Formats: sequence, structure tokens, C-alpha cells
Amino acid sequence: MPPSEQGSGAGIAARGAPGAETDVGAAIAHDSAERHVRGSAAYVDDIREPAGTLHVAPGYAEATCGRLRSVDLDAVRRAPGVVAVLLASDIPGANECSPSLGGDPVLADSEILFHGQVVFAVAAASRRDARRAARLARIDVEEGAPAVDVEAGVHSGRQILPPYEFRCGTPRDAIAASPRIHEGTLRIGGQEHFYLEGQAALAIPEEAGEMYLHSSTQHPSDVQRLVARMLDVPLARVVCECRRMGGGFGGKESQAAQWACLAALAAHVTGRPAKVCLDRDDDMIMTGKRHDFRVAYRFGTDDEGRLTGVDVDFDARCGCSADLSLGVVDRTMFHADNAYYYPHARIHTRRVRTDTVSNTAFRGFGGPQGMLIAERMMDEIAIRLRLDPLTVRKRNLYGPGRDITPYGMRVRDNIAPRLIRTLERDCDYARRRRDIARYNAKAAHLRKGISLTPVKFGIAFTLKHLNQTGALVHLLTDGSIQVNHGGTEMGQGLHTKVAQVVSGEFGVEAARVRITATQTDKVPNTGPTAASSGTDLNAMAALRAARTIRSRLVALAARLYQVDRADITFGGGQVNTGRRSVPLAELARLAFTERVSLSSTGFYATPKITWDRDTATGRPFLYFAYGAACTEVTVDTMTGEMRVDRVDLLHDVGRSLNPAIDIGQIEGGFVQGMGWLTTEELVFDARGRLMTHAPSTYKIPACSDVPADFRVALWESRGNREPTVHRSKAVGEPPLMLALSVFSAITHAIATLAPGRVPPLDAPATPEAILRAVEALRD
Amino acid sequence: MAKLHITTTINGDATEFLCEPEQTLLDVLRDELQLTGSKEGCASGDCGACSVMLDGRLVCACLVLGAEAAGRTVETIEGVARGEELHLVQRKFLEHHALQCGVCTPGFIVAAKALLERDTDPSETEVRYWLAGNLCRCTGYDKIVRAVLDAAAEMRGEEAGA
Ligand code: FES
Ligand code: FES
Repeated sequence: MPPSEQGSGAGIAARGAPGAETDVGAAIAHDSAERHVRGSAAYVDDIREPAGTLHVAPGYAEATCGRLRSVDLDAVRRAPGVVAVLLASDIPGANECSPSLGGDPVLADSEILFHGQVVFAVAAASRRDARRAARLARIDVEEGAPAVDVEAGVHSGRQILPPYEFRCGTPRDAIAASPRIHEGTLRIGGQEHFYLEGQAALAIPEEAGEMYLHSSTQHPSDVQRLVARMLDVPLARVVCECRRMGGGFGGKESQAAQWACLAALAAHVTGRPAKVCLDRDDDMIMTGKRHDFRVAYRFGTDDEGRLTGVDVDFDARCGCSADLSLGVVDRTMFHADNAYYYPHARIHTRRVRTDTVSNTAFRGFGGPQGMLIAERMMDEIAIRLRLDPLTVRKRNLYGPGRDITPYGMRVRDNIAPRLIRTLERDCDYARRRRDIARYNAKAAHLRKGISLTPVKFGIAFTLKHLNQTGALVHLLTDGSIQVNHGGTEMGQGLHTKVAQVVSGEFGVEAARVRITATQTDKVPNTGPTAASSGTDLNAMAALRAARTIRSRLVALAARLYQVDRADITFGGGQVNTGRRSVPLAELARLAFTERVSLSSTGFYATPKITWDRDTATGRPFLYFAYGAACTEVTVDTMTGEMRVDRVDLLHDVGRSLNPAIDIGQIEGGFVQGMGWLTTEELVFDARGRLMTHAPSTYKIPACSDVPADFRVALWESRGNREPTVHRSKAVGEPPLMLALSVFSAITHAIATLAPGRVPPLDAPATPEAILRAVEALRD
Repeated sequence: MAKLHITTTINGDATEFLCEPEQTLLDVLRDELQLTGSKEGCASGDCGACSVMLDGRLVCACLVLGAEAAGRTVETIEGVARGEELHLVQRKFLEHHALQCGVCTPGFIVAAKALLERDTDPSETEVRYWLAGNLCRCTGYDKIVRAVLDAAAEMRGEEAGA
């Protein structure tokens, strides 16, 4: 174990920043926090509209799939306030808003691919006018029979992309030779993002065919690219800006582009600014979700519950197009091991096409679904062998001589065993498990369950070229600093962390650093803010830019003050030269008069990653982020109702850049994962229409669903073993999967009804799913 | 369509506006009066992002018609701080890091302030149920609950966090 990976005990690592007293590592507030509590932070729909702005509403067919015969928009055109009606034929360039593989028209042209696909758009004087008019169309479709769920998709034989598989060793032989063989199936539900700010974009036409976009997007560069292609203009004529999003969670990675395209098309056709803000129902119907899966698994163990071989078939419902399903389902495979060693494995995936909305990125990007299978296997082994599931988990963790993943990467930074032991001790697992056993022995229909599960999550985009970004830093002559970078702010605190890192380089308070809106004309050609990598990439690029400027200042100061460069340090808003110290502002002014540039770009590309998908070899991740969670639940086996009683989380963020922000990500991620696995259920009818398209029917966790006893700690780490920015670790996605412990605890509670039998519990564990599992055990 | 002429009081100021009969108070605030701190999260009364006070009662502005504000008093998030000085609840949200993307924040602050005006000593369960009509997709709520309980403690004159 390298020294940098050593750490022990829970608790927030209290420490100063490297070197000087700076804000790096400090629990400072989100950089927009004061504006948020005042309600003065502007999202796209809050930006003061330019005069003459039109409001655009999308329109769709009643039909769920089939050939488009005719579109009668007369009533729409005649409706009050309507200025223009847009169809596919109005698009000057490419009618396409796919992130890469195609198949996502901005406006349907000849075929309806799913219920809610946008066929036309209305631009009107007010949003009410536009929305009202959009309902007046008569769209005639030669309706086909839709394949709605994954079975129907498999049955119809259509796959969006070819199957893909990892194989190591000889899994079938290994399983066949095992003393114990298990098999089963599991259904895993999807999830609606429910970012509180819906999809939104404002397009402003400018001179010379230029288009300026304000977009609530995780990927401004792709919005720029797709709008330019749609308008058939060079990318240089389009600028995309994102000040902030009101939540993204992956739902605005690829699928923000369509709304920006529609706004831009309306602006192009009318010559007026145009805005699209989806209402909640439209947003839920028209945009993709987390992939739901059907999984069949087979595995063998020895008599101690150690896995000998694993064979899993994942069928993912991708919907009507590829969107990001290649990468999403690959990540399901990369995480089908979670933190466990599979000596022999076959991990097979099919990307099933259905006539439903195209599923997309969602925090965890397929990983959570893969990890749920690993945890199901652990629970199943424990139940069948009558062992404590935590014992089974520990026996199966990666360890010395057992450290190669099914995709061939060596796990070098494995802190899972120590992290689990620490949490086990701190949350008093053993005693509570005994108490629960006593409680259940006497209980009638209320059953308690407890589970402690690990998380290991690989950090890097598995599509190598996305692992790059840029930054632009300006030091101004009053000593204040402006920073721009390729990442976007969606509430995760990226801008705050980047400001902290830059402030550390100049030895000033973070408040001196102003991060301006993400803009493609400041930092171009970026990837999406996704894969948890926002800080890893952008803070590093900004740090490099800041260092360039700093080294120019050092050279200048050394010359002016006749001191050695090595003696010059930055801290407390001053530049200390060894002999005297000057305020940063003064040195900046001197640099200006001496004609030294105070502006620099910085670029960063993640090192060491070498994954080659075609050969399924190489290293996909720079490192892993770890965590563990222990959850205790009570299940009412008469009604299926479930309550989470207590949660303990211990999570590894390396050396935290901002413990308050990191803990916020951990808590929020856990609760979002808990929603996915318990209350959030997407229901489609037989014709493929989403029935749960509003918060009245689709239940994300509310304040009253989260346990009062909610304990969260950061793993006391000496830092990432890889040279990430200040040795921190990514934190956006991994904590979501801490919620696997909720599902496992429910499984445990139900399993106490019939010791030795595995409850066939599917996700989400809604009251109905719990009752089904309970009843299956009573048969 | 004939517009209605409405006279009302918003954040202490006598205000007039024109609105359509079926235009919601939320749309009036955001589109006619440029008070964009109240957010639309659902437009169906299910998320609380549009929470405002109408004659001292907590309501969802998306469920109230603009015309219903006639002759009444409306308080929005924009009226919560006294100029530069933040309200106690706002300050506690800052101190406890009780926000991420911030879209839900104005609604939570208006709702929490309404609770503490009725009861400065709510139990944690009461806070959780009072705020159950406000959805937050980012934070997981724990820090929000802590912020509100701490604000209540300070209102009662107890030490922060006591
Ligand atoms: S917008 Fe009013 S409750 Fe959601
Ligand atoms: S902070 Fe984003 S919804 Fe609450």
C-alpha cells in the first residue's frame, strides 16, 4: 500500500492547505449561495428577455410510433399570438441532435419513434399562447405496435448496437465445478432525473448569421456543434453560454441539445430571440431516463461463500436511439464487479431497442445497475449459506493476489477492506445486527433489516477523448482574478472548487476569484461535465493556467527586486520576495507596465488511461473512488411499506478540496439513489405512454422520507495515490451507489420471513414490489 | 382577451399589474413583475419551488391566480432580506450549506420562515413534515433540516446548534 493511500478512522480531515493559508480544502460556501438564498441567481428562464423574445413550445402526436402520414397545423397557425410554426422541413442543415451515433432528429420527419417525440414547435408571443397552440395540431400516424419494455424489445430482435462482452478465465467451467451454484433474475427500474429546473434554452440571433445561446446544458460544446450543424453554419458562428443549471444529473449531458436547437431554429426562422422552457410533464415525457434492465445471472461459490465464477447477461432498455447507451451500458459492465473479485467471469450486454424515449446518462451512468447485481449476489450467497452478508462481502473483496478486474485492470488503490472495517466499527454493525435478530425473532409483521455495502467507482470517461478540458485565467490589475473553464455548474460546487484551487496558486482568498459563465468562445472544444470528472479536469486546467501566470510574476519579481526565484512565495494576498512583500495587486500593476502578460490558458488531459474498446484491453480508469454505507430499515410485511431508520455513510474523496461541498454531494447522491431503489417508479402503458409524468405520480424522496438519523463522514485520507488536483477524488456520482445498502437492507428484512430463501425483490422496492417478494416467500 | 387590472401589495409595496384571467400568480410575478426568485418546478402544486405568502398564508403561487392577489398582500423571496441584511433563515441556509443548485432554495426559505413565524420550537419531525411539500433533488434535505432547526434555536435565543 503506498503511503499516500493510508488513512484511518472516520471524520472530516481538518487540515490547512498545502503550504500557505489559503482556501484550498476549506469548507467555504458555494460561490452562488448568497444569490440562491435571495432568489437572485439567474437560470435561463430568469434572464431578462431581450425585446421581442418569442416563446417556443413543442408539439407531439397522440400516437406512440409509426409512419407520419400528415401533419395539419392550420388550427395551430390561427391560434392567438402564434408567430411561426416549425417543422423538420424548416431546418436548413442537419436534422439531428444526437451526441454521436445518430438517430435523434430535432423534429420528427417521416416517422414517430416514441410517444412524445417532437413533431413541430410553435413560436408565439407568450409561453401560454405557445403551449395552448401546440395542443391544437392534428397529426395522422399509421400506427405501429410499439415494443415498450425490454422483453418486447428483445422479442422484436432489434438492438441499437451490437452485443458486447467482457470475459476472463473460463467462467462456465468454473461455475460448473463449484460446490454451490446459484442463479436468478433481477429487474432494475429506470429513473427520471427530475432536475428541479426543466430543460431550457434561449437563442439570440446576432449579426452575420451568428447565434448566441443560453442553454441549461452540461455540454455547451455539443450544443454549439449541433446548433451549427442544424443551421448549416460554421461552429465559429455559434456561441453557447451556461451560467448555471438547476440540476443536471446526466439529463442535460446529451439531451439538452434538442431544446437549444429548437430555440435556435425559431430564432433563425423569425429573426427574433426565442426561448424554450419545457413544462414538467413535457420534460418527463420527452426526455430520456436512467436505463432499466432485465438481468439474468448465474454464479458459483465455494463452501465459504467465495465466488468462483460469474456469468451475467444484462439486457438494457435503450429506447429508440443510441444516444449515450454505448458508454452507459459499458459502465454497467465495468461495475458489475463493484468491489469484488471475480476469478472467472463473463459479463454480457445487449442494448435493446424499444419504441420509447431514448434513455440517457444519469448519475452513475449505468454503473449503479451493474453494482446492484454484485450486491444481489452477495445477499444471495449469505442467505443460502446462512452467513452474515458482511462476512460474505469481506471474503469477496479485491485483495492481494486477487486484484485483476474482469476487464483486466489491476486495482492498485484498494482501500475498501479498511474502509468497510472502519464503518463497521463506527456504526456498531455487529451489535445492531444482533439486536435486529432479537427484534425480528419476536416481531409479527414488522421486520427490520440492516446492510453494509461498499462502493468502488472508476474515475475517467471510458471514451478516452472526452478526458480533456481547458481553462482561461486572467489576473487583473487590481489583483482580482477571473477564471473560465470548460466545466459547467449544476449545483455540485465545481466553480467553488476551481476558485479555491486558483486562489491557492495566487495566495489569495477564494472570494477574490470570480468564475464567469461557461462560454464556448472562452474555452472551446470541451467535453461534457460528467463522469464525476468536472473538478479533476477543470481545476487541473485552471491550476496550470494560474501557474503559468504565477511563474511570469515570479520571474518579474526576481528581476525587479533582485531576489532568487526560489525565495518568492504567494500568501495572504501578498507576494513575498524574501526581502519585502508586495500586494498581489501591486505586482500585477507592475507586470502591466512592464508589458508582461497576465492572462493564460491551461489545458489538461487525464494521464495513464489507455482503454481500447475494440480489443477490450487497457486501463479505463485513472483511479477508483470508494465508499461504504450501512442502512437500517423497517419493513411492514403486511402493507409493503418501508421506513429507513438510520444511515451511516463513510466516503472517500481523497484529500477534500471542500468538505462541505463533498458531504453535500454524498448526502444528496445517497438520497437520490435511495429514491431510484425505493419510491421512484416509471410506469408506461401498453402503448408506450409514460403514465408517471408529474411529481404527483412519480415520487422522488421528500424531506419526510429521509431518516433523521443520518450520519455522514469523510474517509480520513492522505490523498489520492494518483496525482490529481491536490490529491482529491471525484465525488459527483459514486455516493449515489451508497444507496445499494437500502435495497440490501430491505432484502435482509424480507428474508427473515423464510430463512434460507432469497426474496425475489426487484428494484425499485416499492411497497408493491416488497409485497410481491413477501408473498413469494410465503408460497 | 381582456386583461384584468389588479392592485395589490407585494413585499410591502403597492403594486399594479395587468393579467389574463387565467394567468397564475407565479406567471405574474415572474413574467410581468420580473420577480424571478419564485421558481416553476412543476406548475401543479407538488414541488413548492413557487412558495409565497398570501395574506400571511403559505401558498403555491402556481395554484393561485394573479387576479386573486387583488387587495391582498403578497410576500416573495425577494422581500425576505432587509436590503443587504439577510434574514436569519437565509443566513442559516448559507452557514449550513443547505443548497446546491439553488432552484428549490427560495421556496424552502419562504416555507421555513412561515413555519418559524408560527412556531419557534418545532420538533425535527414537525420541520420534516412542514417541508415535505418542498422538493429538493440535490441536497438530500439533511442540511436544510439542520439549518431550519438552528434558525429556530437562534430565534428562541439559544446558542446556535444547542
Ligand atoms: S411550481 Fe408550484 S408547486 Fe411546483
Ligand atoms: S438544491 Fe437543487 S433542487 Fe434543491
